[in-house]
Parts: sequence; structure tokens; C-alpha cells
Amino acid sequence: MNWDPWFLSLGLATVIAPTVLTIVLSLPALISRPLGEGTIARLTQVSVVVGLVSSIAILALMLFTGSRDVPIDLGTWVHLEEQDFHFSVLFRFDRLSVPFAILTFVLCGTISAFASKYLHREPGYVRFFVLFSFFQLGMIIASLAATIETLFAGWELVGLSSALLVAFFQERVSPVRNGLRVWAVYRVADAAFLVAAVALHHMTGKGDFFKLMGETPWPDGTTALASNQAFFVGILLLIAAAGKSALVPFSGWLPRAMEGPTPSSAVFYGALSVHLGAFLLLRFSPIIEAAVATRVLTVALGLGTALFATSAARVQTDIKTALSFASLTQVGLIVAEIGFGLYYIALIHIIGHACLRTLQLLRAPSLLRDYHSLENAIGGQLSTERPEEERTGVWLSHVWYRWAFDRGLLDAGLQRVFVDPFLSMFRLFDRWERKWTDTLSGGESRESDRVSAHIDSLEDLA
Amino acid sequence: MIELHIPWLELAVLLPALGALLLGRGGRPEVNWYRSVWFNGLTLVCATGAWWDFGTLHTWEAHDRWSVFSTVFGHEMLVIDELSAPLLPLAALLYLLTTLTTLRTKQRRFSFSWNLLSESILMATLACKDPWGVIALLTLATLPPAIELRARGRSLRVYALHMGLFVALMIIGYAMVERAGRDAVHSAWAMAPLIAAVLIRSGVVPLHCWMTDLFENATFGTALLFVTPMTGAYAAMRLIMPIAPDWALQSIAVLSLLTSVYAAGMAMVQHEARRFFCYLLLSHASLVLVGLELATPIGLTGALSIWLSVGLSLGGFGLTLRCMESRTGRLTLDGFHGYAEQAPVLASFFLLTGLASVGFPGTIGFIAIELMVESALDVFPVAGLAVIIAAAINGIAVVNAFFRIFTGTRHITTISLGSRPRERFAVLTLTLLILGGGLYPQPGIHSRHHAAMKLLEERAQSGAITDESLKRELSGEHDGDTEDDGDPEHDGDPEHDGDPEHDGDPGQDGAGGQEGGLEQEVAPGIEDNAEPSGAVRLGGDEVISVPPTTGVSEDTPN
Repeated sequence: MNWDPWFLSLGLATVIAPTVLTIVLSLPALISRPLGEGTIARLTQVSVVVGLVSSIAILALMLFTGSRDVPIDLGTWVHLEEQDFHFSVLFRFDRLSVPFAILTFVLCGTISAFASKYLHREPGYVRFFVLFSFFQLGMIIASLAATIETLFAGWELVGLSSALLVAFFQERVSPVRNGLRVWAVYRVADAAFLVAAVALHHMTGKGDFFKLMGETPWPDGTTALASNQAFFVGILLLIAAAGKSALVPFSGWLPRAMEGPTPSSAVFYGALSVHLGAFLLLRFSPIIEAAVATRVLTVALGLGTALFATSAARVQTDIKTALSFASLTQVGLIVAEIGFGLYYIALIHIIGHACLRTLQLLRAPSLLRDYHSLENAIGGQLSTERPEEERTGVWLSHVWYRWAFDRGLLDAGLQRVFVDPFLSMFRLFDRWERKWTDTLSGGESRESDRVSAHIDSLEDLA
Repeated sequence: MIELHIPWLELAVLLPALGALLLGRGGRPEVNWYRSVWFNGLTLVCATGAWWDFGTLHTWEAHDRWSVFSTVFGHEMLVIDELSAPLLPLAALLYLLTTLTTLRTKQRRFSFSWNLLSESILMATLACKDPWGVIALLTLATLPPAIELRARGRSLRVYALHMGLFVALMIIGYAMVERAGRDAVHSAWAMAPLIAAVLIRSGVVPLHCWMTDLFENATFGTALLFVTPMTGAYAAMRLIMPIAPDWALQSIAVLSLLTSVYAAGMAMVQHEARRFFCYLLLSHASLVLVGLELATPIGLTGALSIWLSVGLSLGGFGLTLRCMESRTGRLTLDGFHGYAEQAPVLASFFLLTGLASVGFPGTIGFIAIELMVESALDVFPVAGLAVIIAAAINGIAVVNAFFRIFTGTRHITTISLGSRPRERFAVLTLTLLILGGGLYPQPGIHSRHHAAMKLLEERAQSGAITDESLKRELSGEHDGDTEDDGDPEHDGDPEHDGDPEHDGDPGQDGAGGQEGGLEQEVAPGIEDNAEPSGAVRLGGDEVISVPPTTGVSEDTPN
């Protein structure tokens, strides 16, 4: 029997379900006619169920037919024949993408059901679900992508929705500043990824990374790149993964991201988004494997992150931040596993960890209630005293404590080494420009510095 | 040359000029606004009509049927080609939307008559290929902003110094080029004034201060419409690109690249929204110039695509800022304003257009930036990296501005600051174009690629291309061109053409069906040389022998 039409239909349903949801939720919002809460919740559920059932059906069919690699080609998006420039929309269902897609639908379904109650009558309800639909779409595209450009598109959607959801409580400055910080780190990661993507295109002339890494299904592919090329691309991919998964030295944004509402924190930084960097490394594992130095760096980065995060997690004073660092510890270990070449273990680790952490983060707002339930059950107060050996320590433990409490001073370090000099340099240029235009115009050239609102602004007229 | 079915170009030039005359007599601002919308709208219809009509002709360039201008000037002044075809409606759309979104708070300050006159000059510039015509029109275009600055009592010195220098260098430069002969490869001394003129008009660092000064002192609408159509890049395409040697183009590309990164960094540290927008625009306009001057098929395609995407996205971005200014006055970026709750549609559109400008996936700029990076990496790997760095910084700057203007606090107002219906119309129109172009990019990219190849062929004709592989590629395009585009101008079909110079030209047909390529537009001198069949003259003494393609010959009616 020819199963191709089944694969095609189910594959399309997996991709189209989140796409349609995004369009249906965002277009009415754009013309100031947002849908009602009940409609949004139901549409989201329908989209998740359709996507989940389709992806599970594909998995069942793959197991039944023994296929390890099912391509769904949606055709060439852009092609310039004379220049041999092709931009294909190609998805592949394999042992890496299918589990990740199913995980995405399961967790997005759980979170959307939770959020529809948790955010009931919240002013930003519609905004949350619009951004959530973008996130889900981005995750599915990134998971199933078979070309670098398609993966990049999904990657960017995840990044934007993450940053905007961190700034969800937009009437306060702090979430907004943190959202900007997250976005800035993501842009660095995006830039590294884009350079890697274009470099790969440039070196091999191929955007389809299944061709790029041999036709053998994941994880048995091999790359055609030379060792030095693989090292160069591998380093860029590591930077991209480090930015997206908050690995050292970019870890500072992860606790900041907890400013967002709990459902988004759970699905983004406990479960899916934080693992996207690891997913990237798994997807490009043949390139990581091709250069020993890249593998060593991957292991070092993973273990370093795990060591830092486990230290930080133990001394944080709020539950969401402690959970975020606990999550990061596991992500660090997953990255180290990838560096060691244990791809299946890393994949299983991601799935298990994502589910556990989602549950923990969703329970976080009711932690005090849980404590009270426990205390009621045992008929007394839970001990709040720390063990004796933790209180008595040598100076090293104090330094370590301080370092962990300050989150390794990573944010401050990046700020001082990169951001401040960058901004200072351009502020200096700005001053020079002011002097130059003052000289040319023979007086003060920037009235905007002291101009407030025009007196005939709309509110003044009213 | 093939003619359009209706004199769209002349109508697109004359209608706004007529409107300017009518509105120049004075009147109430509300009435002038209403009339201006009609004139801008009709101009857009004519510009779109020209594009559509041109598309049906399947040719490289065409002119108006009943040319008034040709009678006056003695030769064809208004021509539409693949480069200018989409730029005309884009410019007309920006003018229409700017007028449409001019709220009453701005109507007293914004001169609709001068705006219509500027539109007329811009339409004429974009429809003009004659170098001296372009120079005259670019010179003329500098006047309306100067008159506005003077009328507002602002300092004119920065603008006048730069524009004066621009005009002088442009005239001197082209006079020197003409003296040496248009089709020659020019020396550094001959090209330098012309290059300097284009650098000034494009705002390449350190010659960009006029741009920030204009945004500082003119009305936002005037500044936006003077800069966003990127006539500096247009001047580069018409005056420099066909004749400049590779080193000259690459010098411009390097300077533009530096400008792009510099302007992106400067956008990050601005305290005021207009200046921020100016640097953002400058950064992207420089990217266009980078691609144009890379002079490779992919780079040029990317640049022409970015030209359209930046025009739409940053045009929309600027209009959103202007709409917000209409409500609040000048916007500082030092604090947080929190307008998202009051103006959610404008907030969403601000973000959409800002992200589209930096090539966010799904928007019109995505493929364009990809093409640009790919090409830049080919020419200089560092250039590709610089483009990506500029895009990354611009992305951060856009979101930073979004957060500062629309979030961070609650803005309590006594009246609604929400978008008006005409603003929503503008937002939806641009959204559809930005997302439509992003989700279905092939027609746009293909059209820009075709235009890029033709422009490179023009360069090849003048002998300015020295890269042998590019020459071979162009001759390959030359062969393949007739097979896939079915260009009626060049297939010797008299029904379509009506041009006795080209119809059934034995020289062309005898060249083994090399239609649509280098030979068809070659100057008489080349025809006189009577190269053997299948030979394509690239300029100077270089001749590449292109064997007749069997398939093409068979397909070509002889």
C-alpha cells in the first residue's frame, strides 16, 4: 500500500494547525476586533488536538511502515534558476523531530488549558494567546524544519514571542527591561545562527541539512565539511545554542525571563524554549561530531553551565528563579551529553525534563498552599532550619555563596565588557555629531533635546 | 521602444503638479487635505497603471504613448523600466498614506501643495533615465524641503551646505564623465565627484548630518518623503552603476557598509524618536547601496528587493511614529510612555514594520536580507558579517523603541488615542503588502532578479565589468533569457513592437537568437563593428564569443 498520501496529509495537518491558529487569533486583534476568551481557548484546543493527533499518527505510521525519515516538501518558496538559489519549504519527520513536535503539542495543550483559567479576565489575555500561538508555530516549524532557513524562521518566531511574553506585564518597567534584555541576547544568538546558516550555504551550496549531512536519517548522518570548516560552523552553532538555551555566559537572562506570567515561564523557560539550543545541537550533531575541538567545547560549555546553575539554584530566594536555574542545570547536562555523542539519552533527557519542569513551574504559584497542606497532613510546621554543615563554612564557601547568589555576575560582566563600551562609543560619536552640526548651523542644532510635546498635541487640543 | 497603452507616466507626473498649483492658492487645511488625498490617490492609480501596463508588455523598458514631454524636450524623457516599475507605485503609495494619515493636529503645519509638487518631481525622477534629466530633477527635488525649512524659521545651513555640494558635485561629475565619453571606463578623477555626490545624497558617513538635521527641523512628513524613496540609490543606479569600474562600486559598498553598522549603533543611543528613525532608515538605505554596489546578480537582486521592503516597512514605521507624534508631540526615548493600551493597532504595526525592516521571517524583508548576506559573503566575508551585525543591532533598537513608546507604564488620557479609520486603512494596506510579500515572495524576487540582470548587462555593455566569471554568467543569462521570458520586444514580432529599428533586425536574428541580452540595446557603434554571428561585445576591446544556442535558434521565428 502507498502510504505517501497519508504521510503528506498528516504532515500538512501538523504544520497547518498551528499556522491557522496564529492567523485566526492575530488578524482580528490587529483590526481591533479581538475574539472572546472562550473562543480563543476553544480554537487553541482544537489546534493543539489536531496537531497532536496528526503527529502521533505519523509516528504510528512510521513505526508501522518502518520509515525513519519522512519528507514533506511544500515546494520551492523562492528560486532563481540562473543563480542556483533555492529556498525550499521542506519538513522532515524523523526520530528527532517527531518526539519534539509531540512534546511541543502536549506541553502547549497543557499550558493553554492552564492559562485559559489562570489568565481569566486578565487585560492581556488575548495578547498572551496571540503570542502563545506564534510560539507554538515557531516551535513546530523549528522542530520539523529540514532546511536551515526554515529552522531559522521558527527559531526567530520563538525568540520574538518569548521576549514579548517576558514583557507581558507591560505597565511596569521591570518586565519590559527584562524583555529587552532577553531579546538582545536572542539577537546575538540569531546573528550567530544566521552566519552559520549562510556559511553552510556558502561552503556546500546546500540549504537542506539532510543533504548537507548525508541522506542517512538522524542521528547517523555525516557531514561533508572539512574539520576546520566544521569547527568554524560548530562554534557559531554553539554561540547560537548558548544564547537560546541560556548557557554560560548568557545565563543571566533566564531568571529575568521569569517576570512573565507563570504559564509562559513554564512552557518557555522550563520546557520548550530553553531546550531549543540543545535541539539545534542535536540537529547539527554531525557537524559537532566532525571536529574534536567543538565536541570538547560543547562538553565544557554544558558542564560549566550545569555547575554554575546548580550553585545558583541553591541560593535563590524565590521559587521561580530557583526553578529556572534548576532547569538550566539539566540543560547544561543535556548539552554535555550531546558533546559526548549520547544523542538518544539527550533526547530522552529533554523530554523527561521538560515534562517535570512544566509541572513544577505550574505548581509554583500554589507552593504556599502545598506547604500548608503538608503541614496540615503532618500536624505541625515544616522545619525551616538548614542543616548544621551548611551554616558553618570556610571563606571559600562564602565566596562561592556570594558568587552564586549574584548569579555568577554574568550579566554584569557582559554589560561591562560588551554593552557599556559599545554604548559609550556611540554616545561619543553622537556628541561629536552634535558639535559638528552646531558648528555648521552656527548655533544649537538639536532643539529636540529640550522640546517636549507640541502644544497642539491631540490631548492639549481636547 | 515599446509604448505603454495609456500615458500613465505623464499623468503620474502632471496630476500632482496640477494639484500643487490648485492647492497653492491657499484655502482651509481640511479642504486642502481632502483634495490632496484625491490627487495623491489618482497619482497612485496612474503609477500602478504604468506598472501593470508595463508588466503586460514583457519588455525591459517602455515609454508613454502620446508623449508631451518628448515634444517639449526633443527626446523621450519619461521611460519605465524594470528598475523603476515597482518604485513608482511604491513612492506614490507612500505619498498617499502620508497625506491620508495627516491628522488635524498636523494639517496646519504640513504643506499639501509643496508635498504634491515633491511627488510630481519624484515621479518624474523615477521615470527618467536620461542622466541630465535625472540630475535636473534631483536638483529640483532639493528645493521644497529647503523652502519649508525657511518658512518654519529653522536653520537652513546644514541642509543647504550638503545639498549645494551634492548638486555641484553631481553636475561637475557628470560633465567630466561626458567629456571622457559615456561608454568608457572612467578614471578615479572622473568618477570621484559623481561618487561623492551620491554618497552625500545617500547620507553615507560622515556626510549624513543633513539627514538628521532635516528630521530635526522639517515636518516629519516632509523629511520622511524626502528620504524614504531613496533617490540617492536611484542616482547611483542611473548615473554611476552603468559606467563605474568595479573598484569604484566596491569603495561605495565598503563606505555604505560602515554607514550601515554606524547608523545602527547610533540608533541605539538616540534620545528622540525622529532621530532614532532617521538612523534606522539610514542604516537600511546604506544596505541597499551595499547590495547595489556589490554588482553581483544575487547582491543586486537582494538590494533591489531590500529597496522595496525598506520602502514599505520603514515607510510604515515612520508613518506610525508620525501618527503617534500627532497625538503626543515629539517623543523622547529616555523614558517609557505606555501608549500600547491606548493605541494597540499602532503599537502592533510599529512592531510589525520595524521587524519587517530587519528581515524578520514571514515579512517581505526576509528573503531580501538572505540574498544580501549570501552575496556579501561571496564578495567579502567580512561584509556578510557586517550586514548581519547591522541587522541584529537594528532589531534590538526597534524593540527598544517599541518598549519605550508603547509599554513600561500606564498612560491615562482624557480622550481616546486609538487609531482613526484612515490610519487603520493605511496600516492594513501596508500590513497586507509586507506580509503578502513575505509569504509569497517569488514574483517580487524574480522581477528584481530580472531587473538586476538587465542592469548588469548595461554595465557589461559599457565595459565596466572586469570579472570574467560574471561576464560569462551574463552571457549565459543572455542565452536563457529568450527561452523563459518570451520577451515580445525582442522576438521580432512586429505586432507587439512596432519599432522599426528592432523588428526583424537581421543583425539580431543573425546573432543566433541572442535576444533580450547584451546586443539588443547596444549602441550604434557596436552594430557598426559588425561582430561575427554569435559574438557579444562587452565593451572596450573585449569580445566574448557566444555560440548560438540550438534551442533558442529553433524557437526564434526568423
